[in-house]
Amino acid sequence: MSADALAPVAGPQPDSAGHFGRFGGRFVPEALVAALDELDGAWRTAMADESFRAEFGALLRDYAGTPSLLYEARRFSAKVGARVLLKREDLNHTGAHKVRNVLGQALLTKRMGKTRVIAETGAGQHGVATATAAALFDLECVVYMGQVDTERQALNVARMRMLGATVVPVTNGSRTLKDAMNEAMRDWVANVDETHYLIGTAAGPHPFPAMVRDFVRGIGDEARQQCLDLTGGLPDAVTACVGGGSNALGIFHAFVGDEAVRLYGFEAGGDGVSTGRHAASITGGSAGVLHGTRTFVLQDADGQTLESHSISAGLDYPGVGPEHAWLHDTGRANYLPVTDDEAMAAFELLCRTEGIIPAIESAHALAGTVALAPKLAAELGREPTIVVNLSGRGDKDVHTAGDYFGILDKER
Amino acid sequence: MSRIGVAFDKARADGRALLVGCMPAGFPTVEGSIAAMTAMVEAGVDVIEVEIPYSDPVMDGPVIQRASDIALAGGVRTADTMRIIEAVAATGAPVVTMTYWNPVERYGVDVFARDLASAGGTGLITPDLIPDEADEWLAASDAHGLDRTFLVSPSSTDARLAMTVQHCRGFVYATAVMGVTGARARTSDAAPTLVSRARAVTDLPIGVGLGVGTGAQAGTVAGYADGVIVGSALVRCVLDAPTEADGLAALRTLSAELAEGVRNPTR
Repeated sequence: MSADALAPVAGPQPDSAGHFGRFGGRFVPEALVAALDELDGAWRTAMADESFRAEFGALLRDYAGTPSLLYEARRFSAKVGARVLLKREDLNHTGAHKVRNVLGQALLTKRMGKTRVIAETGAGQHGVATATAAALFDLECVVYMGQVDTERQALNVARMRMLGATVVPVTNGSRTLKDAMNEAMRDWVANVDETHYLIGTAAGPHPFPAMVRDFVRGIGDEARQQCLDLTGGLPDAVTACVGGGSNALGIFHAFVGDEAVRLYGFEAGGDGVSTGRHAASITGGSAGVLHGTRTFVLQDADGQTLESHSISAGLDYPGVGPEHAWLHDTGRANYLPVTDDEAMAAFELLCRTEGIIPAIESAHALAGTVALAPKLAAELGREPTIVVNLSGRGDKDVHTAGDYFGILDKER
Repeated sequence: MSRIGVAFDKARADGRALLVGCMPAGFPTVEGSIAAMTAMVEAGVDVIEVEIPYSDPVMDGPVIQRASDIALAGGVRTADTMRIIEAVAATGAPVVTMTYWNPVERYGVDVFARDLASAGGTGLITPDLIPDEADEWLAASDAHGLDRTFLVSPSSTDARLAMTVQHCRGFVYATAVMGVTGARARTSDAAPTLVSRARAVTDLPIGVGLGVGTGAQAGTVAGYADGVIVGSALVRCVLDAPTEADGLAALRTLSAELAEGVRNPTR
């Protein structure tokens, strides 16, 4: 299956300028347009090139360890009241779905003859994945990370450095992910000839949203077939967490044409959307332009970006990929917020019932599924089958979760 | 012809380049920014570029980012910017605005254009809006008689260069280097080439920005461009000054030096 992970499908596509309905497009300095056009061309050529697809497929299989399993979580299912199938992206090399995207973009970087990749990272997961691909492909790698995050995630900073990357703490603005993204953009404008900006999610200017979606859409292609093999039918619903939204698009894309399959994206509701302390761009934000694309943004009355809040560093971003904004507009997918507390309750439930420690990001998808199951069961009049994208593992979150549950021994 | 066009013509007739000085609105305060811009005009800056501060200014280097953050932390609103433009326009110098796209979209594109025009602004420089995405702005700027300055870059293809200047009115902004705003030790080698490529496809005046910070550099750029755009070096005068009076004094000194520079083009 993964050997054909880029085979053309009839799923929804943006127009040639990258517009998903009223969203997407390119809101960038003119200096970057040539590089975006080059990338667009290289991506389209690669997509049509069987040798590229074979190389990508082989890497996904032999290096990343995909197809990831679709695992029936029976003890979790019993607690939830639904047949829950977990798409085990947490078992991939580097611990999340993100490896698919970085391998695809690193291959493209080589094809474009560029020698340097830069990336932004929040918690450090995308930075680690990028540093991994850079090591594998012998590319120079610079990762921008907000200074607040370098302090919170010192272990991931060390991992990136072990892999040979240079980590640059960003001291501008709020010193978090959005500022790291600004700084990466500035680097790219200045060094675009030899540098590829390896964006970590399905956001940013065209062609990034559609391209990243294509590199991760194997998740859904695999899950759809695995569900058919396992259950003899399609699921009633597919659920995923949404920050920038690449893991959700990755699993949604194959199911968009299956009208009976409900799609649910769960955003980071932080302390609750009504408190203003959240990262739910679709349910708590408004249409605007951020980081090169038109999408839903957390912003004030003057269009200044607001700081987002979430217990999950990977969802702590004040925007969302434009394809999600469009899926929301068209009503094809549903977006709902999940609070920190709800996510952590589901985190604990999966640990205790299945012996799987999920990423806190993925725990948002689990929590949303817990809430969805009884509603869906009532509506269908039977036990629903729900595929959940378990997008990453929780090793990186042990400290945060330990703090949250108060189970860390006091420091001596 | 727009007021900016008239100013460019007059400078050209005098055998010199026009000096455009940039300052973020509301930095260090609303009144402080009006005082700073007025001092710049009095010391010889021809055109004031009022930058509306934005939380995520990806084309700006650390100096303007810092100044924008200070302005935003001080609570400056887009509506205050209109008041600042009005006050500075009252000095008689043409005032052009620069901002990232989201604040304009949030204000309402047509309402923004209407308010900018009625405040006396001549037009808008859009660092992250390319003509490809600008339909609403093209219509609003036409409706309210405002100039449109899109950026051209050393990396622009010939086709994009021609397309972009075709959508400009007033003047064209040529970014001298591949990079963000901020004074540099040397001016760019790429800029003269870019300006001559742009001249091949437009009669509009061409301003060059990014990296100019001294009178000598202004003279060099004046040797091939119609306008010399200076931002970070001026902002730094205010940013680094221990008191507001010291900042204004430094601003006057540098403005005068730059004004001297554009009158002595190095050819």
